[in-house]
Amino acid sequence: MTSPVVEFAGVTRTYPGPPEVRALREADLVVGGSEYVAVTGPSGSGKSTFLNVVGLLDRPDGGVYRLDGIDTATLPERDRTALRGRRIGFVFQSFHLVRHRSVVENVTMAMIYTGVSRRLRAGRALETLARVGLTHRAYARAGHLSGGEAQRAAIARALVNRPSMLLCDEPTGNLDSANAEAVLELIDELNADGLTILMVTHDPAVAGRAHRTVRMKDGVLR
Amino acid sequence: MKRAAKVVPATRLSPRDVVEEAVAGMLARPGRAALTVLGTLLGVAAFVTVLGLTSTVEGQISNRFTALVATEVVVQDAAEQARATPAFPADAERRLDALNGVRSAGIFWEVPDPGALSARRPTAQAPGEDLKVLAASPGYLRAIHARLSAGRFFDTWHDAQHQRVVVLGSGAAGRLGVTWVDNQPAVFIGGTPFAVIGIVDDVDRRADTLLSAVVPAGTAEALWGAPPSGANTSAQALVDTKIGAARQVGGEAPLALRPEDPARFKVVLPPDPQTLREGVHTDLGTLFLALAAVCLVIGAVGIANTTLVAVLERVGEIGLRRSLGARRRHVAIHFLAESGTLGLIGGLIGTSVGVAAVVAVAVLRDWTPLLQPATVLPAPLVGAATGLVAGLYPAWRASRIEPADALRR
Repeated sequence: MTSPVVEFAGVTRTYPGPPEVRALREADLVVGGSEYVAVTGPSGSGKSTFLNVVGLLDRPDGGVYRLDGIDTATLPERDRTALRGRRIGFVFQSFHLVRHRSVVENVTMAMIYTGVSRRLRAGRALETLARVGLTHRAYARAGHLSGGEAQRAAIARALVNRPSMLLCDEPTGNLDSANAEAVLELIDELNADGLTILMVTHDPAVAGRAHRTVRMKDGVLR
Repeated sequence: MKRAAKVVPATRLSPRDVVEEAVAGMLARPGRAALTVLGTLLGVAAFVTVLGLTSTVEGQISNRFTALVATEVVVQDAAEQARATPAFPADAERRLDALNGVRSAGIFWEVPDPGALSARRPTAQAPGEDLKVLAASPGYLRAIHARLSAGRFFDTWHDAQHQRVVVLGSGAAGRLGVTWVDNQPAVFIGGTPFAVIGIVDDVDRRADTLLSAVVPAGTAEALWGAPPSGANTSAQALVDTKIGAARQVGGEAPLALRPEDPARFKVVLPPDPQTLREGVHTDLGTLFLALAAVCLVIGAVGIANTTLVAVLERVGEIGLRRSLGARRRHVAIHFLAESGTLGLIGGLIGTSVGVAAVVAVAVLRDWTPLLQPATVLPAPLVGAATGLVAGLYPAWRASRIEPADALRR
């Protein structure tokens, strides 16, 4: 059994009021290596807060959050940023591609900050685009991609730094059902290859593909 | 697996990536980038043009006002009508020589109606040449930088003893047929014989001396009387000063000559290049430099505005970059690099435009274009600095954007 990727122990995040909002209450969660876990719940249940905390975009007020065994609570911002860039691959509902640049440039952008040598970047970007089946669109402008293509490009960008975990936020929210299915299949495949997936979604059909589903309501994980 | 402080290698941003991202960011909106550049371009162009034209005009001024002109002071008799006393005291030359900054000084006047000049005996039939006769104290010939082709100058002894000697200008000597002075040939001025002791080949000032016969002032006074007062031909003092001393000598000369009545003299000074230059600076320079500064400020505001708009437009991209491992400072550097590059491009084009404008004006006015490397070479950097300053606030704003908020869009 591999060591857990994500360990939440009593993680709490409260937004100071008024009115005070306890967006995450004493959350406990363990996501093991190569696991596929979905976090689901209605809007306003605290999913976004959970995502931000897991993604190191927000600091919890209490509890312990270990990523790859590293306690993130005491880390300075510099290390949290490094951890975010190197260990977490983000996939967003709205893709967040830079529209006026080519697909391969969008993927390469992820390697600027992690210090991948310039010689290796293009090769790795193309390799990763091949992995998501987007080689034929590598030099298209990101703004010209269809929704399904855009999300696959975004997944390639998330993968290119070889993260410990893919953190997906409603990845099919902007896609039609056919494209959504293709993207979910790709995620299934990545998981089958051993990548840890943490999926945040309100869609039960999407959550159903995960090994395990954790429900969230009023800031409580169950 | 306990890990200490260094958990993962920190993310970084190489200078080359900064430049590439900045260029890509600008190329994303080339039209807007061009308009943004325009402000800095105009500012820097105005800047270079003003400084270039100022130095070009200054160059023209210093061409016109050579050292020769700048070291000449003329003291004239200011009397309106004839006075009984001669304006210049007998020892005028000595008094002027005693002043600081004087290299040589001499009194001179044109002798009115001395009679025709002739190298032959007055009994001969041929009419004489109608040449100008100058009475001059010995210092005059030194003050005009006279150079001899033959013989010697007269000196204070000739002057004091009223010797009948003459130094001929080369033109006058030619007209009189005098070419050599070894046996001191005689010329007759209105019937009076004079021994030619020297022939002046060339002078630096008062070129009319070359067409004149110069006799010692004392001799002339003894023969033809004191110099006339209140006329065009009244006596003047010519002073050759050290460089930069003209103004001071001009101020002191009347007092040295006639302490009891300095107002008797009018001093003709060389135009002061310093004043003229300052005039150029104040007239052209201040106005246009202010204009250039206004252009630069407008350019900076333009860049600040565009960059700020870009920051607000690209909130999502900023959030994404933060999620990819960009630190706050990296985001700030991206935007600073973009605004700095915009400024640098504006500065480069503006400098070229400014140089072209200076050259064009110089060609039209038939001037020598003069550009100071010290002002032209840093001009593109002025543009870059403008861009950087303009980018400070937008970059700071960009770095404060919370990735969690940015990514929710």
